Amino acid sequence: MRLVEAIDVGRTVQIPDADPLTILRGIDLTVEAGERVSIVGRSGSGKSTLLNLLGLIDSPTEGELRILGEDAARLRGARRDRMRGREIGFVFQQFNLLPGRTAIENVQTPLLYAGGASFWRRERIAREMLERVGLGERTAARPERLSGGEQQRVAIARALVRRPRLILADEPTGALDLETGGTVMELIEEVAAETDAALVTITHDPAIARRADRHLRLSEGRLVPLDDPVPAGSAA
Amino acid sequence: MNALARIATGFVSAVAEAMEELRIHRGRVLLSLVGVAVAVCALATVVGAGAVAEQGVRETSERGGGRAATATFNVNATTPPEPERVDAAWREVLDRYAVAYGTRLSYGEMLVQFTDGAVAVPVQAVDPAYGIIHRVRVSEGVWFGDADAERLAPALVINEAFWDRLGRPPLATHPTVELLGEGGRTAVVVGVTPRNGEWDTEPTAFMLADAYASLPVPGGTGSSMMGSLLPSFEAWIDRNQADPIVEAIRRDFAAALGDGAQVDAFRTDYAAFGDDPLLFVKLLVVGVAVVILLLGALGLVNIALVTVRTRIREIGIRRTFGATAGRVFFAVLMESVVGTFVAGVVGVGAAILLVRSPLMTMVLGGGELEDLPGFPIEAAVIGLGSAVLVGALAGILPAFAAIRVRVIDAIRF
Repeated sequence: MRLVEAIDVGRTVQIPDADPLTILRGIDLTVEAGERVSIVGRSGSGKSTLLNLLGLIDSPTEGELRILGEDAARLRGARRDRMRGREIGFVFQQFNLLPGRTAIENVQTPLLYAGGASFWRRERIAREMLERVGLGERTAARPERLSGGEQQRVAIARALVRRPRLILADEPTGALDLETGGTVMELIEEVAAETDAALVTITHDPAIARRADRHLRLSEGRLVPLDDPVPAGSAA
Repeated sequence: MNALARIATGFVSAVAEAMEELRIHRGRVLLSLVGVAVAVCALATVVGAGAVAEQGVRETSERGGGRAATATFNVNATTPPEPERVDAAWREVLDRYAVAYGTRLSYGEMLVQFTDGAVAVPVQAVDPAYGIIHRVRVSEGVWFGDADAERLAPALVINEAFWDRLGRPPLATHPTVELLGEGGRTAVVVGVTPRNGEWDTEPTAFMLADAYASLPVPGGTGSSMMGSLLPSFEAWIDRNQADPIVEAIRRDFAAALGDGAQVDAFRTDYAAFGDDPLLFVKLLVVGVAVVILLLGALGLVNIALVTVRTRIREIGIRRTFGATAGRVFFAVLMESVVGTFVAGVVGVGAAILLVRSPLMTMVLGGGELEDLPGFPIEAAVIGLGSAVLVGALAGILPAFAAIRVRVIDAIRF
């Protein structure tokens, strides 16, 4: 099933007292269910902007973007928000855990907006998810008492607790050391595989990018295929 | 899942989210809600204390003018009818209109022999129902009962000054007093009424009307006795239909007394005058409480607005997980409402403790309350309602602020 279909998508922003700034142009991208795609690029190349478009957080100014068959331009208001919550899971570089809440409360957060049985059984579902990411013993720990790797695992559990079909990971290992980063990526890939979810990872790290089925590079706002994200001669 | 269940789940989940936020930010919440709790407490206390004070004023008024609705009937005739005929006519109209409490009332004197000499003591001749109608309190002994009419020695309910002159004998010993005059009698003291203010220093007494009518003319006083002057008549009537019944009793009573007799009727209870004697004070204190409540709300809005700004990133994160703008609006609003509701419960609880405290009851009721009213439901409802209203008003601005931020800006905040 085609989850993402971008045709000639562009994103231009208006800058006060300056010419409009084109961040993305002519983006063509398709992502199928279960596919793992990595996107690399320099800082400021528009990686996060692209991820925001795919996550229905932002809207393109040109072209056509379809998420799970729905035209993103036609998705507005609460319908857009609900679809984002139901179908898309975000993993952020800085984890973005809610302060003051325990690990299990953080993982329960998306279930507050799920409604139905998922809402009423949210504690059990969140606990199972934390056990799945290896934090079954740390459910009551607050983020400040967790290591970086543990925090990212909580963030992964939270992103995947509603079983989204599209997982968008923005530099998921950016704040972690090499070894922990590798472990976290394995975990994301495993959980994504269990639900046949597509995984789109944005990263600076060629080693992380290499784990994907398909590699893309953003350069000057354009998305181009990349045969091997690891530059020749790199130790990675 | 049907729409109703979906709405219910949405509501419950928003409340759960609000409760969680209140728990997380309990320190800030407590500080911001102190003003609201104090204001609600003031508001509920004013309403509750007003009810107690009102009851105090009501009881004081009822001791003088009778319970609502009490009407007095005076008989005027060029040739006074026989007292027995008047009494029979009175009893008949009371029965006809199912009036349970009616009394004859006349004022006179009796010459009492105290140890230091004979004194002309003012006396009110009444029926037992007078005690109910006028909330007569008895500090010692009892008020008249129906059996007292059968006594050979007339029963007396005397005041404290009278009792003092007798040497305050225990009523269990059935103290007697000598009533002087032609064919003098002995009366038995059955009750003592408490002192009614500083001016209540001269002996007075109540006696049953029939007993008083049978007394001899007291020697040397020259006062009129019961048998020579018609008494007034009082009836305690259902206040909801007082006016037509009073008129009907007046009409029927006059008709029963025959040609030449006129009956005047008028209300003597406080309710006949309409005005609430505490209205001004109540309005003043409620006004102050409302100002306090508004100030509390202002503080709440300030803190909530600042807090929302510090939580923009968090709100953005929630939006990425599917929180709709409406849901965020409702959740922020609910945080305020749930918080102020809890503050309202605390405020109303404190108000109940205050109003029901013995000190407050003593101050408001003058220590003479017979029927202490319960904490008025309307005080609790007004207190909680005000708290929720303030919470909703104070929550709207932060709620709008929370949804004005775009998701993409919020997660970068």
